Amino acid sequence: MNELEKETKSTDYTFATFKGTRLVNGHTIETKPAGSLEFIFQHRFGAVNGGLYEMFGLDEAYVRLGLDYGITDKLAVSIGRNSVDKTMDGFLKYRLLRQSTGEKSFPFSMTVLGGMAYKLSPKENSDVSPEFESVDRLAFTGQLLIARKFTSALSLQLVPTIVHKNAVDQSFEKNDQFALGVGGRLKVTKSIALTTEYYHNFSMMDNSPYYNSIGFGIDIETGGHVFQLIMTNGFGLTERAFITETTENFFDGDIHFGFNVTRTFQLKHQK
Amino acid sequence: MSKTIRASTTLFIFLVVWLTSLTVGISQQRYFAEKSSVTFFSDGVIEDISATNAKVTSIYDITTGEIAYLISIKDFQFVNKLMQVHFNEKYMESEKYPKSSFQGKVSGFDATKAGSQSVKATGKITIHGVTKDVEIPGTAELKGSLVFVKAKFPVKLLDYNIKVPQIVWQNIAQTVEVTVDFTYRPL
Repeated sequence: MNELEKETKSTDYTFATFKGTRLVNGHTIETKPAGSLEFIFQHRFGAVNGGLYEMFGLDEAYVRLGLDYGITDKLAVSIGRNSVDKTMDGFLKYRLLRQSTGEKSFPFSMTVLGGMAYKLSPKENSDVSPEFESVDRLAFTGQLLIARKFTSALSLQLVPTIVHKNAVDQSFEKNDQFALGVGGRLKVTKSIALTTEYYHNFSMMDNSPYYNSIGFGIDIETGGHVFQLIMTNGFGLTERAFITETTENFFDGDIHFGFNVTRTFQLKHQK
Repeated sequence: MSKTIRASTTLFIFLVVWLTSLTVGISQQRYFAEKSSVTFFSDGVIEDISATNAKVTSIYDITTGEIAYLISIKDFQFVNKLMQVHFNEKYMESEKYPKSSFQGKVSGFDATKAGSQSVKATGKITIHGVTKDVEIPGTAELKGSLVFVKAKFPVKLLDYNIKVPQIVWQNIAQTVEVTVDFTYRPL
């Protein structure tokens, strides 16, 4: 048996750092494996402090429908549509480094993300101002997702982020905004985990009407589904919307219930 | 006089023992698995699940009958990659129990006979950190310089403390069938 142990020297790559490709609102280092298609349905209700008249937020609903596909085990592509600002978004995600132990050991995983989002609202450019052009509707996101699975239960993630918006009102907002996301998950049982995520926007101006995005969640995994129950202070589901345009304060009770539901389909059957 | 006899007797015994051990050493034939596959099959209500591991290492000594294999749980390949993650994360807990192994003896194999022979392996199998004494029927065949060993046996998940959540209960059989297929070459 000792001889066999010696024979099998190899590198063990860490897997399942997070249950899903989303932590709360933002991304995780995880991508879909080659040939896997994930349908993601994200949903945020109105704020709970709307009171009974708003049925504690349940009368309002914002949705993002998306498809994530793994082109290779490292490269994934996604498209989505968010009802907030009628936004179409798409991104590419690539796993640069993977945490591993064994012969080749590495302390953390790193994924790079590049995305863009196009606001379809308002309908006519002239509704905004006479000079407003279609290209002004675009926003770009660049993220470096860095995560380490400390134990099989605890994973933490740091996300340096840049969001560039083609058009902003420069009296209270910058075109290029830098933010740092901090998040983690703690597994409670084999199928249930608690998650949290906070994005701090360093480019926020003093007179900014916006708040930093904060969220808490519970991940529940059942077979091919991941259910994520969420409490957060925004309803936007693209990086532009929740990192730079969250209009509410979590600690004032502007808390939105929501959920992310994913279903994975294995399309390509690799040998 | 009697002292000399005793001394030469001791020497003689020593020589016999040494020569015997030498001959045993020569006739000992150890084989290493050059091709291996361990597959398991779960006959579920909704879907059948199977996965294969082709990176198993194994040594078989045809003189003493001693056999051992070592499996890295992470190397089981599933068609559905999400199942592979769940298999490792939830059921086999491969971070905690990265390896599965078998160590035992094959009896009933006659290396001088041609053709496939029914054999029996008895020994200890370790799955999910639980070690159990098992008896596995199989076949062995010597062809040229290669030895082919095949076996098929059921593994009851509860015996090895592998718990399947109720929600996927129907999807995963409580007993899975394991198929072992090794091709050995002389070491």
